[in-house]
Amino acid sequence: MRVSVITFPGSNCDHDAYEVFVRRGHETQMIWHKDTDLENPDLVILPGGFSYGDYLRCGALARFSPIVKEVVSFARRGGLVLGICNGFQILTETGLLPGALMMNQSLRFICQHQHLKVESANSPFTTGMIPGTILDIPIAHKEGNYYIDDQGLKALQDKDQILFRYCDAAGMSTHEANPNGALDNIAGIVNDARNVLGMMPHPERAATDSVCNLDGTQIFTAIERFINGID
Amino acid sequence: MLKAKIFVQLKPSVLDPQGKAVTNSLSHLGYNNVNETRISKYIEITFDSADREATEAQTRKICDSLLANPNTETYHFELEEI
Repeated sequence: MRVSVITFPGSNCDHDAYEVFVRRGHETQMIWHKDTDLENPDLVILPGGFSYGDYLRCGALARFSPIVKEVVSFARRGGLVLGICNGFQILTETGLLPGALMMNQSLRFICQHQHLKVESANSPFTTGMIPGTILDIPIAHKEGNYYIDDQGLKALQDKDQILFRYCDAAGMSTHEANPNGALDNIAGIVNDARNVLGMMPHPERAATDSVCNLDGTQIFTAIERFINGID
Repeated sequence: MLKAKIFVQLKPSVLDPQGKAVTNSLSHLGYNNVNETRISKYIEITFDSADREATEAQTRKICDSLLANPNTETYHFELEEI
């Protein structure tokens, strides 16, 4: 598949994502935020980092980069978009995903291994995965505390839009297993049309044999299954 | 010239962990009558304009499109001649 990874000023996980997709044999482009051509991708990656220094609010200023207009129109046409960490924050700021990422309840930057539970296989990003599967994927953020109003939360739950929840090693989504205070232990959600995923954990940091765990590859494999039409 | 003095605040329904930490610190300092602290942003914008009505509309547009996140924040502002 063709993958376009966007680089904003302050992105710092763009090369990690690029490397993972290249190693998996995909035609991968790095796209500068001032460009206006996505180069016909099957998948757009909004990577982690600190776009525009997190000034004002995380992701708020990246929304006005020229390429984001193209990403929004690509997503509205049904194109696959995956926002990781800061990419998730940018997706909520653009309105492609509901809610907002607030400061962690602990007020601390958290960088650690984190267990997640796959809640739904009904998305391009979890195609063929078994709900209840536990993944170990690192998190690294200070603003990952997902918030949405009661009505919005109910809509996410009712429409099966919560793809990943923080959990413990046994798969229990408890208060203790919630690293940042996110509502309903939310770690990743899709939009109503299910083609845009935002997640705080970093699958690209658990996807090459130079690191100690490879659970992130399960998400990339799921996307490949979807693109190749294998259920 | 006009200056907009803009306050961006978290909605009452949104938890404010920073405010909570400050309340705890105030209690450590002996201020036991502090119930709650909420942290807000204060932003000043200077406009090269004397037209209050137009500047008010423009400031509202600026707040809606960038300065406040409607999911979590509200804002209010006042205009001052400088």
